[in-house]
Amino acid sequence: MKEALLAPWPWYISGAMIAGIMVLLLFFGKSFGMSSNFRTICSACGAGKKVKFFDFDWKSQMWNILFLIGTVIGGFITHLFLTNGEPVVIAESTISDLAALGIAAPTGMQPEELFGMASLTDPFNIALLAFGGLLIGFGTRYAGGCTSGHAISGLSNLQLPSLIAVIGFFIGGLTMTFIGLPLILK
Amino acid sequence: MKSLRFILAGIIFGIVMTKSEAISWYRIQEMFRFQSFHMYGIIGTAVVLGVIAVALIKKYRLRDFQGNPIVIAPKEKGIARYLIGGTIFGLGWALTGACPGPMFVNLGYGFISMGIVIIFATLGTYLYGVVKDKLPH
Repeated sequence: MKEALLAPWPWYISGAMIAGIMVLLLFFGKSFGMSSNFRTICSACGAGKKVKFFDFDWKSQMWNILFLIGTVIGGFITHLFLTNGEPVVIAESTISDLAALGIAAPTGMQPEELFGMASLTDPFNIALLAFGGLLIGFGTRYAGGCTSGHAISGLSNLQLPSLIAVIGFFIGGLTMTFIGLPLILK
Repeated sequence: MKSLRFILAGIIFGIVMTKSEAISWYRIQEMFRFQSFHMYGIIGTAVVLGVIAVALIKKYRLRDFQGNPIVIAPKEKGIARYLIGGTIFGLGWALTGACPGPMFVNLGYGFISMGIVIIFATLGTYLYGVVKDKLPH
């Protein structure tokens, strides 16, 4: 039992639990969506005084900020108590594709090249992470949601806009994977 | 104490995302290269079960724990904002390997550098708020 808990969990367990959390939030009278928290943070920092988009009752979204704080704690708990520390097992084909981009085979959860402590002193890498963050923050608000709001909540409600957004996620994701990353990482 | 349930739900979500490795850049690369079923399995299972659950909620007009009807506000119609905005997000998702939820989970897991992604994602949202009215929606 303990071993199964410490090893990576299979996709069907994870998928079922994500659906469970989405449904739980519906019964709490809320809807599952992570990216709107960035708008709440902007508003809480006073952006509403200058930009109309952030002039709303951000305190009504406190529940989502609490959920967000929970996710940070969840990551921390897993790191402390629920992992065997073994590298992520990914497909051999992915390992060789990534090697061609200068990213070594996994030694843990994330590539050290991008997220290790040493990468924090590399200006190019910091710029890369910052650029990625900008795209995510801008794109999710423009599209009105991210993976949780559109791909999970939206598709569960059979909403056409969410399907269009998910198609967009993949147009962007495939473009970055096959055109952007080879240019950026080489 | 009412707020505790949201923190608890978040903790469970954080643990699930970490234990299924959905917070890993490697897993997102594997997904966009169509070299593993793992991420599709996670999202697919969540969506199939989600569709069933939402259909049941609608069919039986279920109410939430406070007794209010559960209503899921439909997204406004349109194509441009979803396609363009979605594409911009997708570019960032494949670059950093993190969507907004996993960013914070990663931070908790100990990847301090994810803080850079979080700060600039907040800035990106601010930027959207500034130029919003000039964009096609």
